[in-house]
Amino acid sequence: MDQNKLSKDMFEPLEHKEDTSEKIARPSRSFMQDATRTFVRNIAAMFALTVLVVISVMSIIGPSMNEFGYDDQDLTRAKIPPRIPVLENISWLPFDGTMTETFQGTNVEDATAKAIMRFKTEEEFVDVKVLNEGNGTRNSAEVDVTYHSYQALGLDDTYFWLGTDNLGRDQWTRLWKGTRVSMIIALAAAAIDLVIGVAYGGISAYLGGRVDNIMQRIIEILVGIPNLVVILLMIIILQPGIVSLIVAMIITGWIGMARIVRGEVLKLKNQEFVLASRTLGASTGRIITKHLLPNISGIIIINTMFTIPSAIFTEAFLSFIGLGLVPPEASLGTLINTGFDNLRTYPYMFIYPAAVISLIMIAFNIMADGLRDAFDPKMHK
Amino acid sequence: MARYIAKRLFYMFVALFIIASVSFFLMKMLPGSPLSAQDKLSDEQQEIVLEKYGLNDPLPVQYVRYLGNIVKGDLGISFQFSNTPVTKIIQDRIGPSMQLGFQALVVGTILGVLLGMIAAIFHNGFLDYSSTLLAVLGTSIPSFVFAGLLQWVFAVELGWFPVAFWGGFEYTVLPTIALMIFPMATAARFIRTEMLEVLGSDFITTARAKGITEYAVVFKHGLRNSLIPLITVIGPMAISLLTGSLVIEQIFAIPGIGEQFVNSIMVNDYPTIMGMTLLIAFLFILIVLVVDILYGFIDPRIRISGGEK
Amino acid sequence: MSKLLEVKDLAISFNTFSGEVQAVRGVSFDVAKGETLAIVGESGSGKSVTTKSLMRLLPTPQSVIKRGQILFEGEDLVNKTDKEMQKIRGKDISMIFQDPMTSLNPTMKIGNQIMEGLIKHQNMSRSEARPKAAELLKQVGIPHAEKRLHQYPHQFSGGMRQRVVIAMALACNPKLLIADEPTTALDVTIQAQILELMKDVQKETGSSIIFITHDLGVVANIADRVAVMYAGKIVEIGTTEEIFYNPQHPYTWGLLGSMPTLDDTDEHLMSIPGSPPDMLNPPKGDAFAPRNSYALKIDTELEPPMFKVSDTHYAATWLLHENAPKVEPPAEVKRRMAGFSKTGEFLKGEEGEDQ
Ligand SMILES: Nc1ncnc2c1ncn2[C@@H]1O[C@H](COP(=O)(O)OP(=O)(O)O)[C@@H](O)[C@H]1O
Ligand SMILES: [Mg+2]
Repeated sequence: MDQNKLSKDMFEPLEHKEDTSEKIARPSRSFMQDATRTFVRNIAAMFALTVLVVISVMSIIGPSMNEFGYDDQDLTRAKIPPRIPVLENISWLPFDGTMTETFQGTNVEDATAKAIMRFKTEEEFVDVKVLNEGNGTRNSAEVDVTYHSYQALGLDDTYFWLGTDNLGRDQWTRLWKGTRVSMIIALAAAAIDLVIGVAYGGISAYLGGRVDNIMQRIIEILVGIPNLVVILLMIIILQPGIVSLIVAMIITGWIGMARIVRGEVLKLKNQEFVLASRTLGASTGRIITKHLLPNISGIIIINTMFTIPSAIFTEAFLSFIGLGLVPPEASLGTLINTGFDNLRTYPYMFIYPAAVISLIMIAFNIMADGLRDAFDPKMHK
Repeated sequence: MARYIAKRLFYMFVALFIIASVSFFLMKMLPGSPLSAQDKLSDEQQEIVLEKYGLNDPLPVQYVRYLGNIVKGDLGISFQFSNTPVTKIIQDRIGPSMQLGFQALVVGTILGVLLGMIAAIFHNGFLDYSSTLLAVLGTSIPSFVFAGLLQWVFAVELGWFPVAFWGGFEYTVLPTIALMIFPMATAARFIRTEMLEVLGSDFITTARAKGITEYAVVFKHGLRNSLIPLITVIGPMAISLLTGSLVIEQIFAIPGIGEQFVNSIMVNDYPTIMGMTLLIAFLFILIVLVVDILYGFIDPRIRISGGEK
Repeated sequence: MSKLLEVKDLAISFNTFSGEVQAVRGVSFDVAKGETLAIVGESGSGKSVTTKSLMRLLPTPQSVIKRGQILFEGEDLVNKTDKEMQKIRGKDISMIFQDPMTSLNPTMKIGNQIMEGLIKHQNMSRSEARPKAAELLKQVGIPHAEKRLHQYPHQFSGGMRQRVVIAMALACNPKLLIADEPTTALDVTIQAQILELMKDVQKETGSSIIFITHDLGVVANIADRVAVMYAGKIVEIGTTEEIFYNPQHPYTWGLLGSMPTLDDTDEHLMSIPGSPPDMLNPPKGDAFAPRNSYALKIDTELEPPMFKVSDTHYAATWLLHENAPKVEPPAEVKRRMAGFSKTGEFLKGEEGEDQ
């Protein structure tokens, strides 16, 4: 740089118009705005949210999207594979209403006869593809037999989108009905846990002293009692049903929330802004609703987001081992239970409810993780 | 430390007492007696059976006797299998459950630690994302879904392993995998977070500044400090194993505690239910307690300062 | 004196989610054998990043050395592989960090932490390294050294821990010791002890020291030369006397003015208004201009070059240009400058008496 070229007037003192350096470079945002922004930018969490919205909507409208009821039994149409209009023409998709299995026999006829027996049908409804002609010895011949179940049962114009179960009930209807029931149970359990937990933890921390002491001793004993044991005991004495499941889950479910809320309230209670407003004569109710609740809402939401999937799991787990809901009631657990019994021959009965429950669990967990990040000031960018 | 342990032991006994009492009175409220499992009996015969089980005594007497028997290690006699004490049933069946639980915990934890470490070392890389995805799947997908798929694919379709029942080691492979998924995923997530925090801490920079190899930095300084707090999640892992054993043992028809527990509930075998409930509660409480105390001994920071929390 | 370290036009950036943070923007300085160079500046000015880069300890994917050289005994460290750096770290160059509470591994015994470097660089066995580690602890003033080797960091107080960190750094007789605000986290009385210890160590070992601090008071005590950093650049560098008696940069004036002195009865502590610039988008021209009441119009256009004040003294301010108006430091700073020379609060002077 040639310094001699610098003109003299550039060396006049700079008038500071205003001190811009103190200005904070970024626009100021409230904590909630920051949290929302962080959450919305979290691709995985947004994806999870979308999945949950879709599943929830389906659980509401899904059962009424076709003409079948969730408990319409009809043994003549039991165990029919899925068939969906349009998609049935795409050969590699499993939606054409056929079942294909491999059969063995001494010769092709023998193997085919076995297939016809297995599907309880007639020759005109099966396609036979010979894999191995066979030489007359046992099981030397091999054929792939494709069974056209809808034609065989005279249901050419009927479509069970996800097939039927062992009693001929429409799987699509039952799947979404079951999802609805599972979600209701989980949401109700989580909501009640939340109310009890926040009330207990809040009162314990807010009142403090002797009350807090006693309430904490009770909690310390209760946390020693495993959830599983309590839930099983409750299930044994209550009639199986939605309400029993909810009751069983909330008996010990609120404890976690109560402990968290107590910890948070204790932390906040002695912070200056709360003390200040108390000095200014704010009522207890006002302090709780204006100062405490907004500040602990984040942690309450996060905790609830983790409670919901664990409640969904618990329902499914209990129904799976036969201690929850019982068919014809539908829930994800009962569907998986039925599906599991038919897994070897009719895998579609297991796959779809298993996929839905897994998706729900994954989505809730990812969303809860995302929320936890969103409420963590360190993650705000 | 001693005071802390004493306090915890006290709470443990209170909790067990409550569980024993509650389960006793709950079971008494329910219909059903050893007779329901038997064939038609004459009135005298019924009387004999009721007398034998002490069911004619007033409730408080039964209650006190029940508590006394528990203390003596007598959990009563099963309704379902007449003349078989509940403790005998437990003895016969605890082996497979323990073996599966142990295998799942050990293998799951080791694999989980490896996964978590890989994720942390390759932070934000492909390996991080894949192992994190794996961990999310592992903590989310229910164990019975996993078990069903494993059994279908590897036992039924491919025939690599037995479909069910209890025999040699090959019978334990699939149930162990199904049981270990959750501990593995939990450990992986925990170690990843913990390692990332540790690897970003000042003492790691100090260690690097000494010129020791990156390998020594990660293993001697990083891993050790991440492993110690892993003890704190052994509790939740153990619970998942207890829960898992109920379904997994059913799916694979394993003659363990979990399968028996579910069966007893189905046939209203109350003494067995109560015995198993106590056993599960006891195991659970014991694990949590041992973990807490262990933590105090292993972490030098807590060890010296006397373990006050 | 021959040069041990020469840093030439070093620039370092961090790639973050929000963009490129230009933490260091063209820094040049050198350190002679046996010399103590102090680097002063507000927090965030790039002192730690500069010195960590000397040992190549910056987090790798995020940080990038954009340009420049780090010549240590004539070899450029910028191009060394990690393996090659491991041979230098802890042996030729070692480092003391700011917070002794976090810079020791909480789950490893002190002895093992000290011995690690010895085993690695001096090919010692554990049994050879142990007495040496004890000796080091004694050297840094920790009594009962043999017993202390078996203890964990939490059993030491903050000052004691910093002594342990110093012992670790000294283990292999490094040629260059970098101390990144080694006393900032400590009590005032402990600070003085640690400073004394570092001076003693230097006298004994003759190693060079780069001493980082945001507190000019500490500098007077220990440094031969001082570099003042602002917004990723060195704005003034000179001998300690030159910086204290004849500061040229308004930022240095600000630092001097905000430094409490002992003799003042009516303290007028000045403070520098405003806050350092956002290194995501460093301002055009002189980064200090918005906070500088002596700023010239040219400051908003062009960055000032280093103007030579003396052979050892340079400052980057347009005020030193021949066309610039002549300005005087604020009265408060002048009073201090005079005060320093009068009271001899300088340790340079004291050191002379010591010897
Ligand atoms: N790992 C990092 N990622 C992004 N920016 C960083 C990182 N480390 C330091 N910086 C930035 O570099 C600048 C200088 O930091 P530093 O050298 O630590 O300052 P100090 O002078 O206080 O030691 C700061 O603006 C800081 O935000
Ligand atoms: Mg720093």
